[in-house]
Amino acid sequence: MIANEIKILLLKEIKLEWRQKFALNGIVLYLASTIFTVYLSVNVKIGVLAPQTWNALFWIIILFTAVNAMAKSFILENSGRMLYYYSISRPQSFILAKIIYNGGLMILLSSLGYLIFAIILNNPVKDILLFFLNVSLASIAFATTLTMISAIAAKANNSHTLMTILSLPVIIPILLMVIRISGNAIAGMARSASSGDLLTLAALIVMIGTAAYILFPYLWRS
Amino acid sequence: MLLFYTVIGGFLLQVPRLPILNESIRNLYFHVPMWFGMIIMLGTSVFFSIRYLSTNDFRFDRQSVEFANTGIVFGVLGILTGMIWAAFTWGAPWSNDPKQNAAAIGLLIYFAFLVLRNSLDDEQLRARISAIYNIFAFPVLVTLLFILPRMTDSLHPGAGGNPGFNAYDLDNKMRMIFYPAVIGWTLLGVWFTSLRIRIKNLEATTEDII
Repeated sequence: MIANEIKILLLKEIKLEWRQKFALNGIVLYLASTIFTVYLSVNVKIGVLAPQTWNALFWIIILFTAVNAMAKSFILENSGRMLYYYSISRPQSFILAKIIYNGGLMILLSSLGYLIFAIILNNPVKDILLFFLNVSLASIAFATTLTMISAIAAKANNSHTLMTILSLPVIIPILLMVIRISGNAIAGMARSASSGDLLTLAALIVMIGTAAYILFPYLWRS
Repeated sequence: MLLFYTVIGGFLLQVPRLPILNESIRNLYFHVPMWFGMIIMLGTSVFFSIRYLSTNDFRFDRQSVEFANTGIVFGVLGILTGMIWAAFTWGAPWSNDPKQNAAAIGLLIYFAFLVLRNSLDDEQLRARISAIYNIFAFPVLVTLLFILPRMTDSLHPGAGGNPGFNAYDLDNKMRMIFYPAVIGWTLLGVWFTSLRIRIKNLEATTEDII
């Protein structure tokens, strides 16, 4: 039952996104132009950027792209449509559909970001498989946290500022773990070095997801 | 009483002489209880947030906010005492220690909580949304303070090859002051909070009468 609802809501999200391509295009353009700005500001010849700097810049850009992409998931929805969703679906399935959709979107966006990064700013990653596993987990973690925060921020008046200040401190622990794992992947260290961090990250996703699942119905009622 | 005992005992009694730490070990009675106090206050605040969501009673909202406020005060004091201590023992007030950074980020989370509260006008909405954020942020704070620093090297005791305090220097004389200090500071926080809650409750009732 709940799975069915999620499927319908998920399809609706994808259709809606496809119809309003400007939002998606906007965020892709945002990603590309930030990376290009970074490339021009660090002003390096290919191969000179140190792996640690590469790592930090990559994740900061992904983080801000994520904040911008997720912000629209609740803030840009108009209230009439929200009321309609409220009448036809359960809050749990609604938030899960949003999280799954945003997770997928984030995986796409960060893979694209990696591609652009690899082309313009060279590609120091040695362990590609671990790096992609990390990117996927990080995307899901960002999506889970930011979807919930955007739902909270959408209730307030100046929601865009609020979105940033609420999400950044909450996201930092995730970001630190992700940066550490991807540092390992870049250096090509043994996978066993990162398994603990990966498990903690997965546990954190489950924990935040559960919190969102339980708390969202309360948020939804207004 | 406990606090008098802590302050007097903490400044006057014998402490073990250790290299580097020297007399600054007395800060143990002030710095460490702050973090105990903060976690207890913030935990209580989350407890009342949960109760608010399940009952919609404004009294719980006031309690949760005031406990969070006291928790933030403890957190700020904890950082300040920690910085003083660090300036003497580690050589600089801010030495990029994972626990210091984590504590600073934790405080940012709760400052954001206050900003969120102020940006909402409707009382009921404010109470509900800040309760939700409070519950949502707490697991992250716990991860930040208790899990992440354990995984890297820290200058704090008990991590990165440094033995914990228990191992060598928390001798029995210090314990006799340390535990009452924790209880004393926490009780001070609770007392302070309960005063603020009572003021807020009175304000709410007078508003109702008018």
